[in-house]
Amino acid sequence: MEFFKIRKTIPFMRYALVFNVISVLTFLAAVFFLATKGLHFSIEFTGGTLVEVNFKQPANVERIRETLEKAGLKVEAQNFGSSRDVLLRMPVEKGQSSSETSEKVRALLQAEDPSAELRRVEFVGPQVGKELAEYGALALLVTATGIVLYLWLRFEWRFGLAAIIANLHDVIIILGCFALFQWEFSLPVLAAVLAVLGYSVNESVVVFDRVREMLRKMRKASIPEVIDAAITGTISRTIITHGSTQVMVTTMLVFGGPALHYFALALTIGILFGIYSSVLVASPLVMWLGVDRSQFLVRPKKSIRDENDGAVV
Amino acid sequence: MNRYPVWKYALIALCILVAFVYTVPNFFGESPAVQVSAGRATVKVDAALVSRLEPALKAAGAPPTGMILDASGVRLRFSDADVQLKARDVAEKLLNPDPQEKSYVVALNLLSASPPWLTAINALPMYLGLDLRGGVHFLLQVDMQAALTKRLDAYAGEVRGLLREKNIRHAGVARDGQTLRVRFREAETRAKARAEIGTRLPDLVLTERDDGQDLLLVGAMRPEAQKKEQEQAIQQNIVTLNRRVNQLGVAEPVIQQQGADRIVVQLPGVQDTTRAKEILGRTATLEVRMVDEEAMRSGSTFNVDVFPERKRDGSISNVPTRKQVVVTGDQFVGAQATFDQDQRPAVAVELNEAGGRIMRQMTRENLKKLMAIILFEKGKGEAVSVATIQGEFGSRFQITGMFTPTETNDLALLIRAGSLAAPMEIIEERTVGPSLGKENIDKGFDATQWGFIAIVVFMSAYYTLFGVVSSIALGVNLLFLVALLSLLQATLTLPGIAAIALTLGMAIDANVLINERIREEVRAGQSPQAAISAGYERAWGTILDSNVTTLIAGLALLIFGSGPVRGFAVVHCLGILTSILSSVIVSRAMVNLIYGHRRKVAKLAIGDTAWK
Repeated sequence: MEFFKIRKTIPFMRYALVFNVISVLTFLAAVFFLATKGLHFSIEFTGGTLVEVNFKQPANVERIRETLEKAGLKVEAQNFGSSRDVLLRMPVEKGQSSSETSEKVRALLQAEDPSAELRRVEFVGPQVGKELAEYGALALLVTATGIVLYLWLRFEWRFGLAAIIANLHDVIIILGCFALFQWEFSLPVLAAVLAVLGYSVNESVVVFDRVREMLRKMRKASIPEVIDAAITGTISRTIITHGSTQVMVTTMLVFGGPALHYFALALTIGILFGIYSSVLVASPLVMWLGVDRSQFLVRPKKSIRDENDGAVV
Repeated sequence: MNRYPVWKYALIALCILVAFVYTVPNFFGESPAVQVSAGRATVKVDAALVSRLEPALKAAGAPPTGMILDASGVRLRFSDADVQLKARDVAEKLLNPDPQEKSYVVALNLLSASPPWLTAINALPMYLGLDLRGGVHFLLQVDMQAALTKRLDAYAGEVRGLLREKNIRHAGVARDGQTLRVRFREAETRAKARAEIGTRLPDLVLTERDDGQDLLLVGAMRPEAQKKEQEQAIQQNIVTLNRRVNQLGVAEPVIQQQGADRIVVQLPGVQDTTRAKEILGRTATLEVRMVDEEAMRSGSTFNVDVFPERKRDGSISNVPTRKQVVVTGDQFVGAQATFDQDQRPAVAVELNEAGGRIMRQMTRENLKKLMAIILFEKGKGEAVSVATIQGEFGSRFQITGMFTPTETNDLALLIRAGSLAAPMEIIEERTVGPSLGKENIDKGFDATQWGFIAIVVFMSAYYTLFGVVSSIALGVNLLFLVALLSLLQATLTLPGIAAIALTLGMAIDANVLINERIREEVRAGQSPQAAISAGYERAWGTILDSNVTTLIAGLALLIFGSGPVRGFAVVHCLGILTSILSSVIVSRAMVNLIYGHRRKVAKLAIGDTAWK
């Protein structure tokens, strides 16, 4: 079986500008949503109490909200996974401990319906929330720097820079989607975002590896031709591996239940945009940053550059 | 060119065998057990105790089916959960006849049901996190400022006593923020006081200052003394938490210091989370102070602290006390409900030696005066007992009054609960009910299983024999990963299961790279053997690069992540390492076994390579 019987090199770089314009537009839209709507942070970052309640029969979310609000609790209620599970979120109340809050909720709900069972309680103090947010940002920074440094070491700074720009823009797009749909941004989602960062950079690495190899092999070809050949040569593998990973993520989305829902969703967006940006955005960036055959030649002979090498800006 | 030396095959086979052995315990499941461990340092769980326990269990119709006795206690295995519950009750009644004063911790637990020889070589099932097995996780913050303030207050008392003892006249001793201020009228007395205080309290840095009116001697705690104080405070709190957790009867509690001023408490498998929170959440401290009777009469609030006291009829009266703390909660050794010589309910209190000395001196000087025990909870103090000092006493004394036995029980409990060095506050809590934990496991494994099957089907169809090899390598990767997690006893959480799934999805990348490369080489006209060799070699650089970048992200998560993210990061990082091993070396070994020993290979079974 073979899906990709590509006989000719596909001239990806001819459309480099188009890809990047699409990218920039999506990026700007993501930034716009992030700026206007903002992320819907989970209580892990904001601090607060989260209670998951399970009932024996389908629960009336409106009634539950009313019951709790009457008792003076500020509460946000929604179904979670099934109609019998309800998720309650409460902001931090001064002078009230988590156990008091969750106890109050339990007492109130069991008075209404004795079958109510608290399945999960999470409480995060405001200070811890702030720390988690800081550490999250720090993890992102360290990952980005680490990747740039590694690619710099293994390839050349232009590759590192191009890869990280392309992939950080993926991160922004994932965040933009979370802002647009107001999906909950929790710690596991942050983990997914960072995993995507590492994962899609590896996509760029595969292409860059091939670019380096082709630069040495195709002495006569221009840089865009080399990049086209590299992308064409790896496209089959790109789609198959991403497909496999996506299969895993999709089963997680389908079977993993509500606890893994947003985690899998973040991965899905990340993987889809990852293919696109790490191949079709990173490569033109490398080209525009001025990659040069001489940077990779074992014998640095200046005269080896030929006339076709004009695409270097 | 595609042959490994025999030792290499043997090594790979050995790795797989070891991984298999360490993975096996995960399939045996767990059987219900009762765990008995010492609740106090003075009691021991040994063979003698077991010989007492066993006949009692047999007599009650709950004979254990297995038993492990080690330094941590004894674990008894039972045939099912009903027998387990029965056995727990029997053991509890036998070992802890007095429910107020528990000597042993009797807890329900689950034991791996794998054969003993597996347990003997440390092959245990994966250690499940709280989100998978249910339980409570708390992060408690110790209020260090309060600990230091309290210490300085105690110093203020000592300075006062010292100056009185040495007959040095001063114009007042007071704590101001985190410093101690002693006022003097004359420079000479200040110099004398400075020398005396300096030798008695070496932990204070003394500086002289004038505020225009008085001559001041300002004392601040040395940084190293502060650090020592904070360390002691956190240690004392950990000890107290341990005692409280023992009351709960939890099989494998985790109580650890985290950072400079935080304590993590994890109680896996706790069913009654409400009670756990209630007992742990009692973040209380205790102080004994003298009641300022003058202020009580005059109603003045000058230079006194006023605490409410709940009377028996429900009314609340105010108790003014001196600011000086006589004895603090950390000097309490115990408190028990008892009866005095006239058979009236009383509370017997025991202090440590230092507390006893202070108490003796204080009671000698303050006969027939009122002493108050103040319980601080969440920064608010309440007088739980106000009693007249009837005689001189030291480290053991009784509080009597118009108590009922219930009241003495409550007071004893409050005093015990209050023996914490510094107040604590719950700043993070995760409680997961046992049913949700079970569901999380099922869902996580479902997702992994179906994803795995889908990938295997696709790979085998697309790359035929090489696809089968890749799939087996992927299976070996899973085996390695589970074995490693079991061996390291790393905590497996729901995000950890997600990481297993994700790692498998990403690991196949290496095999796809290799297989694609081999196809390319074949198309380029290489002989089958050369294509295999070139495919693996060329793909290696790329595989390494791409895994290193993923590993960088994983390590950043491991370092900066906490809670669920850390669980993800651990599995993710381990998974990257095992996937390099399995997808490159194990799959190569298989391919070598299949093709490497043949003289002539006409065509590789790697799917369609004929098109040009």
